[in-house]
Amino acid sequence: MDGIDVLIVVVRVVMAFVLLLILTVLNVWAERKVVADFQNRLGPMRAGPFGILQTVADGLKLFFKESINPAKAEMGIYMTAPFLAVIPAFLIFLNIPWGRPFEIGGREIALQGVDLNVGLLFVLAFSSMAVYAVVLAGWSSGSKYPLLGGVRGTAQAISYEASMGLAMVSVVMFSATQGEGGTLMLSEIVARQSGTWAGFIPRWNIIPLFVAFVIFFISIVAETNRAPFDLVEAEQELVGGFHTEYSGMRFAMFFLAEYVNIFSMSALATTLFLGGWSGPTWDGALPAIISGILPTVWFLIKTYVLVFIFFWIRATLPRFRYDQLMALGWKRLIPGALLWLVLSTIVIGFRQFGAPWS
Amino acid sequence: MGVVGELLKGLKVTGMELVRTVTGRRMLTTQYPKEKRVKPQRFHGRHVLNRYPDGMEKCIGCELCAGACPARCIYVRGEDNDPENPTSPGERFGFVYEINMLRCIFCGLCVEACPTEAITMTHLFEISTTNREDAMYTRDELLMHPDGTVPHMFPDDPLADLGELDSADGWVRATAPSGYAAYEGVQMWQGTPGPADWSPEPDQDERDA
Repeated sequence: MDGIDVLIVVVRVVMAFVLLLILTVLNVWAERKVVADFQNRLGPMRAGPFGILQTVADGLKLFFKESINPAKAEMGIYMTAPFLAVIPAFLIFLNIPWGRPFEIGGREIALQGVDLNVGLLFVLAFSSMAVYAVVLAGWSSGSKYPLLGGVRGTAQAISYEASMGLAMVSVVMFSATQGEGGTLMLSEIVARQSGTWAGFIPRWNIIPLFVAFVIFFISIVAETNRAPFDLVEAEQELVGGFHTEYSGMRFAMFFLAEYVNIFSMSALATTLFLGGWSGPTWDGALPAIISGILPTVWFLIKTYVLVFIFFWIRATLPRFRYDQLMALGWKRLIPGALLWLVLSTIVIGFRQFGAPWS
Repeated sequence: MGVVGELLKGLKVTGMELVRTVTGRRMLTTQYPKEKRVKPQRFHGRHVLNRYPDGMEKCIGCELCAGACPARCIYVRGEDNDPENPTSPGERFGFVYEINMLRCIFCGLCVEACPTEAITMTHLFEISTTNREDAMYTRDELLMHPDGTVPHMFPDDPLADLGELDSADGWVRATAPSGYAAYEGVQMWQGTPGPADWSPEPDQDERDA
């Protein structure tokens, strides 16, 4: 490992970080625009062409606003919570391969922040970390509405984390049958989804594992605290939920974390179920640079389809009642995920080892 | 399947609205200063004091509008006409006429109270000012010019739309101008500021015959 290798690592991380940051700024604008379209409105129009600079304007405004310190706040934790929200959100995306590796001067550069051999576990661990931000922000504000939001956040995250993890297990099991041994590396899971079945059906995990995908998607909507699962914020009931007492830059960080989470979770779903960056690249027929960029384009298209569904659901469904949220999580998704896990275990076992009686 | 079906039905409804917006078939937002909505004909905007076709003022300084005003925002003082050179066809004319637009509630009771149709309301509603003095509309701003145009407080304002002053609320007559009892309750109203140009009632010829 020499200096250039270190540089490559730095460049990989910075590239993933910058990509995520730019796309998040665009996502905030895109959501406002798309939801406006759903409601026959115009959405942001004034800042830049089609209002595309609206997020920048809002961010600058928040940057210059005063960050208020509530008298009863537990200051240390109160100041830390926004960072606890942002950091896990970014770390999740650093694990996700967002393009095909390419070679410069004999060195392979993967378009992925870092390729851990326990990538999936890392993602799970840090998506659970995000709930600490909600709980600690709610508690440390020293105010009743944030506290209620934080308490709701804990229960919700624990409930939906379980079904999300169970849905992921079937992906790991299935992709173990697609190559040599099991793997938790996200780049390897993507690689095993390239190619096609019968010449035209892409070998994406969503086709054999559709039920797991549905469970996973519902769970990530709940994990990111998006409508219809936004009980943590619930403007009509809890003022602003856990971030009621936050203002200025600290609020902006919670806001940023929410949108980073939407994108990284959609990217994760793309990686696990929709084949990540795999797709036709027509190597040789097209110039090398275009063939090199195409996988990133496929990745972004797939991810944005999921992000669009996030927006669509938000524009359609009213918020769940608390007991409905719990009932959906514990009585539908977790048993459903378990049942699906058992079924897929049996099917994979038969295909791997043959019928036990033969 | 019931819940999923309902969910898909909901997604379909919002999806159709998205398609409608994107294809430009439905849009609720009006880009306000750029495009203005058509106001209802009897919109209550700022007032105007009318004249007869010969240029005489209609206001006779009777102060009935001031009496009817629930917000007490109208101040009128009448004065005797100069017999040689009368300002209004009546005995007196309103030589002070002020409306405090900060107090006015645009109810239109002054219009109904006026016996000579002197005061009517226009479609102009962009009357915000940068100081209180400008919100006191005096006779100079309210009284229409002899050529029938209505003075605008801020004609240079980019928002100023002089066309809004051309159509007036007018007012509903309880009885026909002819005074025939047969027309009692037949409502007519004047659509523009200025001299009341009452067209004959739809079937007036037949009914008079």
